[in-house]
Amino acid sequence: MKTVRRLVYATGVVALCAWVLVPIYFITLGAFGGRAGVFKWPKGVLPGETFSFAAMDTFLRIEGVAHAAFNSVIAASICMALSIALGAPAGYALARYSFPGQNLYRLLILLTRAFPLAILALPLTVIFIRVGLYDTPVGVALIHTALALPFAALISSSLFMGIPRELEEAAWVFGCSRVQAFRKIVLPLALPGIAATAIFAFVISWNEVFAASILTVRERTLTAYLLTVLSESPLHFRFAGGFLLIVPSIAFIFAVRKYLFAMWGIANR
Amino acid sequence: MSGRSRFLPYLLLAPSVLFLAALFVVPLVETIAISFSDNGAPTLDHYRRMAGDLNFWPAVKNTFLLVVTVVPLQVAIALGMASMLQKLPRGRDLVLWIWTIPLGVSDLAAGLVWLALLQERGYLNSALAALGLIDGPTQWLTYETPGTLFVGILLAEVWRATAIVFIILVAGLQLIPKEYREAAEIFGASPWTTFRRITLPLLKPSLQTALILRTVLAFEVFAVVYAIAGRNFPVLVGEAYVWQRDNQAYGVAAAYAVLIVVISLAATVVYLRVLRSRTEERS
Repeated sequence: MKTVRRLVYATGVVALCAWVLVPIYFITLGAFGGRAGVFKWPKGVLPGETFSFAAMDTFLRIEGVAHAAFNSVIAASICMALSIALGAPAGYALARYSFPGQNLYRLLILLTRAFPLAILALPLTVIFIRVGLYDTPVGVALIHTALALPFAALISSSLFMGIPRELEEAAWVFGCSRVQAFRKIVLPLALPGIAATAIFAFVISWNEVFAASILTVRERTLTAYLLTVLSESPLHFRFAGGFLLIVPSIAFIFAVRKYLFAMWGIANR
Repeated sequence: MSGRSRFLPYLLLAPSVLFLAALFVVPLVETIAISFSDNGAPTLDHYRRMAGDLNFWPAVKNTFLLVVTVVPLQVAIALGMASMLQKLPRGRDLVLWIWTIPLGVSDLAAGLVWLALLQERGYLNSALAALGLIDGPTQWLTYETPGTLFVGILLAEVWRATAIVFIILVAGLQLIPKEYREAAEIFGASPWTTFRRITLPLLKPSLQTALILRTVLAFEVFAVVYAIAGRNFPVLVGEAYVWQRDNQAYGVAAAYAVLIVVISLAATVVYLRVLRSRTEERS
């Protein structure tokens, strides 16, 4: 009886792994299959003779693809830098001080979660045109930072809480200034977690579709580019685009996997 | 506390507060203003145009239909996954990584992934043909097959966004002391009873977070739908996109945005009410 139950259980775990991985495997085949691969019938489970890097290469050479990917990287990098630059100090303040208004700030952060933030990019079109941010990666990065900042603040607050205050105080006793103590004691300990937070912010920006499409026309990010050409591009180009979007994300999730639960455990409170 | 350090926390918070004011509060106010005004004069015209549009009611219906099917499914699957993970003897890290991969996948990419599987000559049809269930390439994702089109979008949404619920629930489970479950076991409670009477009530804060987050995001569903169905399956955010980009009618797009904000807030309030009152009853 026990072996039967264990077998059922193991099957379930394997099936759920397959549920995640098999679709990714198949879009990979689609991305590298080219036109012939898309129209082949019936399709096999193995790559087969249509599988070639030429198909992917053709896609990457299409006018606009490389530029859009480049814009995505720029926007995501700015979003990453801004989220940390704005969020980490806030997290430090929440972790180390108790002061009036602290709960109000937490409320503001939690409130952002109840709003569809990306939708609020709509009126920004007009404002951004006025200040020259419309159709630039910087403009896109700004709205993406609004998405990533609340997380960055919460996560870094829990990171700093995990670093004993006594370490910092000992540094003060030995003659370090506040800034020195922070730089030499706290920062090295917090750095891996902050890096994970930064990567998370990068992924949020890299993946975002709606705001990026609304706020760009020529300087599109990769998601915005794919969305606008979707209806007129052949299937194998769409699959190649999807594949291109997925690959960095998987690597990023792998890099931050240790921190995922720390992030969401505290996001509950 | 010295005078300087009294102001320090505010100094540290100020940049992020100013930023959120500029990119969250201002756009919110602007959206509402644009939706209610026409060249400076107050009007309800944008809302009238929105409600009078051919796609409006289908978009409302489709969006709600997706939310009420996707969110419960995701919570059920994520609960199952989370309790399976807890009992896993080894290989925990690998399974965890695999199960959280979709967290990093863009909604647009997720839609394209499922398009690859479900298209006319896709892998699903190849498998069905091999099993002798269909004769040749069959279309599932067209205007004429609304049922399977809906199921296709549902699958893509469940595939993509269950991971976030799963992570929140696992993080919540880790906060529940093992002793509670062990005690229940000693007193002869079945696994199902333990789950229902111990785990689930203690998991309520995490469930609340997961439900709020997922529901708000589910009302924003757009790119997945667009990748799979194009414009054959109107949803609210998709309509906002079309009004803004194709029709250049910013007022109507803003009216859609206000509608989505109101729905999201209402859902949040409902979750806060319903789930809080129950935890208080128990404690």
